Amino acid sequence: MRLILAILIALGLTGPVHADEHELWPEVPKATGEPHPEGNEYWRKNHPTLLLHDRDLALREGDRDIQASIGTCFTCHAVKDEATGEPVSFEDPRNFCRVCHDFVAVQVDCFSCHRSTPADPKSLAIRQMAGPDEPDSIAAYLERLKALEAAGEAAPTEASQ
Amino acid sequence: MERTIYRELKATPAVWLVALLLLAFIGAAGLAVLMIEEEGHIITGMNNQIVWGLPHVFAIFLIVAASGVLNVASISSVFGKKAYKPMARFSALLSITVLLGGLAILVLDLGRPDRLIVAMTRYNFTSIFAWNMLLYNGFFAIVGGYLVVQMMPGASKTLQKAAGVIAFTWRLILTTGTGSIFGWLVARPGYDAAIMAPMFIAMSFAFGLALFILVTLIIFRLDGRIFGDKLMRRMGSLLGVFAAAVLYFTIAQHLTNLYAQEHQGFERFILRDGGIYTTLFWVGHVLIGTLIPMALVFLRPSRGSTIWASILVILGGFAQLYVIVIGGQAYPLEIFPGYEVLEGFNEGVINSYNPTIYELALGLGGVALALLAAGIGAKVLRVLPTNLSDANYPTDG
Amino acid sequence: MSNRAELTRRDLLKSGAALATVTLAPGVTLMTFGGSDAEASAADAGKRWGLLIDAGKCDENCSDCVTACKTENKWGAQNEHATAENSSQWIRKVTLKDKNTGRKVSAPVMCQHCESPPCVDVCPTGASMKRADGIVLVDKHICIGCRYCMMACPFKARSFVHENVTDQSVNAPRGKGVVESCTLCVHRIDRGRIPACVEACEATGNSAILFGDLADPESPISKALEQYPSIALRADLELNPGVRYQNL
Repeated sequence: MRLILAILIALGLTGPVHADEHELWPEVPKATGEPHPEGNEYWRKNHPTLLLHDRDLALREGDRDIQASIGTCFTCHAVKDEATGEPVSFEDPRNFCRVCHDFVAVQVDCFSCHRSTPADPKSLAIRQMAGPDEPDSIAAYLERLKALEAAGEAAPTEASQ
Repeated sequence: MERTIYRELKATPAVWLVALLLLAFIGAAGLAVLMIEEEGHIITGMNNQIVWGLPHVFAIFLIVAASGVLNVASISSVFGKKAYKPMARFSALLSITVLLGGLAILVLDLGRPDRLIVAMTRYNFTSIFAWNMLLYNGFFAIVGGYLVVQMMPGASKTLQKAAGVIAFTWRLILTTGTGSIFGWLVARPGYDAAIMAPMFIAMSFAFGLALFILVTLIIFRLDGRIFGDKLMRRMGSLLGVFAAAVLYFTIAQHLTNLYAQEHQGFERFILRDGGIYTTLFWVGHVLIGTLIPMALVFLRPSRGSTIWASILVILGGFAQLYVIVIGGQAYPLEIFPGYEVLEGFNEGVINSYNPTIYELALGLGGVALALLAAGIGAKVLRVLPTNLSDANYPTDG
Repeated sequence: MSNRAELTRRDLLKSGAALATVTLAPGVTLMTFGGSDAEASAADAGKRWGLLIDAGKCDENCSDCVTACKTENKWGAQNEHATAENSSQWIRKVTLKDKNTGRKVSAPVMCQHCESPPCVDVCPTGASMKRADGIVLVDKHICIGCRYCMMACPFKARSFVHENVTDQSVNAPRGKGVVESCTLCVHRIDRGRIPACVEACEATGNSAILFGDLADPESPISKALEQYPSIALRADLELNPGVRYQNL
């Protein structure tokens, strides 16, 4: 009897994690930009699974068209330091991820390797699919090679082997 | 030969002092690991050229010795030698704790030891390293079971023999796997050799027996028990045979390598031009690790000879592993045969290795862990025989 | 429950099971959600990306490919107490002199993206992997930092990160305790762009690094390999690398 009671209480204690705003909850920093269409509740509950699943898709299969890319979270979820105006990194407890993860005492492994502040525009630009007119696209590169070959300059220097 | 009575180690002040000393070494290792976790491996002497260093030398020594320590038990259960039967329980226990110590060093030296659970759950079966992890875990289970069978009051002789044979077979596979970690590396001239596996088996016999003799002797001294001269002399001559086997495989390996033109560079490095590695090879491994112990136990068999031979085999073993593990990495990769490298990134140069206190602390901590765990096991379980004296020496095996 | 003062084995088992259930229950309820659907993968098994490096066009004094790689993937920033030996090196320039003829030649060396990579064979967790399109990568999520792949690589292509890393490139996450190497700029290739070293070499005017699809017989790289002699480094190991050299 006491056992059943203990289990019920334990299950009940999971309540606060599922419930909406609670007095004990930390103050989650406001994000900028468009909100996620699925809503905060969905993302709060599912972001670990989404991130874990999508990282394998991205890395092992090269699928970049994914929902949960950790590279772009901080475009909207950056927390700026009032004094300097610079976004704070994961080292700082005011970082977006730190606020909740410190509260629930769940360690995150991501930021020993991933950056935790917004990326610079040039690096972000590379993440867009290249149009054939962009000079660093494979298509444009192949065009240049074709042009060189046509002009008879593509042959390598005389082999001395 | 009378029926063996096993009794726990008594907790005397001397035993407590030794335990405290071992704890201090473990503590030092713990501190070293904390610092490496905090600052990164940059504080150690290991780098992108010498990837595996002193901790790995210690770890591989312990892992190889662990499987050899079990041999003492195998000699009684698999080969039926009665004189070794009383030592079988402690042999099984010590082999488990020595393997534990070696693995502790390996795991704590990982770049990401927090990902151990990943290593335990995701296996790439083309990797001999992954197979080794399975073999190590299996070793704990199988030798644990073997110890239980030995200590069970109702266990039949058949069951004991079966457990002994399974344990013996498993340890041979395990040590073959450990040797193959190096033997299966095609890239480096110092490693890519099938002989690595049997050589490691021979090494395990020698190191394991030497370690067992010394640890048992010390623990007996601490507890006031007698380790008879007859048994010591017998184990000493067995150690001599094992040391000879190690020497044989060393000779076979280097003679074969010397014959092949492509390995000449590496052989010249180890045998003549390698500085510390050459010294460790000839003086450490060959002289101290095999020739002198053999001379001692075969030409002047005695209690003292066995003890000295054991110490020297262990020292020589460390020297041999230092040459294998670090010497093999110090010699440069031959990426551009026929070319001299004018500029590059440490191309074609002998890589230098300067071990730091952190690596030494980690290595010694693993040894201390192995010994402390063995001591605790001997204190808690009835594994130490009370009568290894000459009066109890069997005349028929 | 009995009134006996002593704790029986049964009691211990019961309370142990209870404790375990109570501890695990909150966790079990948290982990019951699914993820996103899998979409078409971009790593095409029909392609094999590779490089053809013409050492004859490579300038001995130029290391723009190395600089470009450093800038792109941000592995070059030196910390005060780092030495050359414990810093990462994804790509390096080597200058060679033939021992018999005295001829000097220079070329960049990076991960050779072998077809049968020894690093992939030896990785205990499977972190060292080869993608369907031939690019060899380290899955840093599951790399445990054992460095066995570094022992196995014949080209010394892999580096271990010895120090804490900050301000990483968003396109090249890297951190302490894991192993890394040239990714063939997979983050660029997946978005239809050429690798940084290829771009930089083209910009110098030397165009010593040719990039393309080895699996396509009509691609410039395949045609060049068909027409002119080329070698693989450590060809004796029969690894069939995706990086080949001419005039070396």
